[in-house]
Amino acid sequence: MDGILFLVFGGIAAICGLNVVLQRQPIASALSLVGVMGSLAMLYLLLGAQFIAAVQVIVYAGAVMVLFVMVIMLLNAGAERPGRGSLVAGLLGAPLLVGLLVAFSYVIFLAFPDPDPVRLGRFTKGGAAEAGRALFTRYLLPFELTSVLVLIAIMGAVVLAWREVRK
Amino acid sequence: MTAAGVPLSWYLALGGLLFMLGAAGFVFRRNIITMFMSVELMLNAANLTFVALAYRLDQVDGLVLAFFVMVVAAAEAAVGLAIILCVFRTRASLHIEEVQSLRD
Repeated sequence: MDGILFLVFGGIAAICGLNVVLQRQPIASALSLVGVMGSLAMLYLLLGAQFIAAVQVIVYAGAVMVLFVMVIMLLNAGAERPGRGSLVAGLLGAPLLVGLLVAFSYVIFLAFPDPDPVRLGRFTKGGAAEAGRALFTRYLLPFELTSVLVLIAIMGAVVLAWREVRK
Repeated sequence: MTAAGVPLSWYLALGGLLFMLGAAGFVFRRNIITMFMSVELMLNAANLTFVALAYRLDQVDGLVLAFFVMVVAAAEAAVGLAIILCVFRTRASLHIEEVQSLRD
């Protein structure tokens, strides 16, 4: 059952990821990206990380993608015009990327040869309680620093919008 | 590949595939918003790798790192989209080849 679920949702993630890159309309790319994020949340559940799966749906598929879709609609972004296109990129880009993927997969299968399959329920530390305990004890300083980071991001976004209003 | 489950390396390979797709999108696309979404795709691939290795090492640390990646991605999306709005207002275009100067 786990294997079937991985094949189904991993396949959806791969196809949607390909669609993100191939679509010419930004809104179609954005909706494909939501598909990738939703199926990745399912894979996180299979790996036993319920907390991260919930945060993935709420923060990524919810908040971040709503922001993207809102900007796309606000700017009325249509189909993208093709660029000038570099000859080197056109000739070498795709083969180099596929070569990179093959080399990467080779190293992975070399480094992780263990045949025992991923089982749902073997990893029991993925709940909100365990993740929260780690966040507020061992990772307290990075956690507080992220609050500063978010504050700076909010101020940056406000300043960028403010400059336009003043003109 | 049985009904019982797939090896962990398959998860990592899927992360590699998604990262490669994101990198390809960032390099080959010419729309600023689509390039930005490709960056998000790469961040998601990194998150999948973090969670898979947390499972493998039986530690919660990978999940915490994935959580931090999400926070940074959310902050980055807010600032990045504000910059895209500014670029669109000054140039009335989302084409990356028309953005060649940092000034207005």
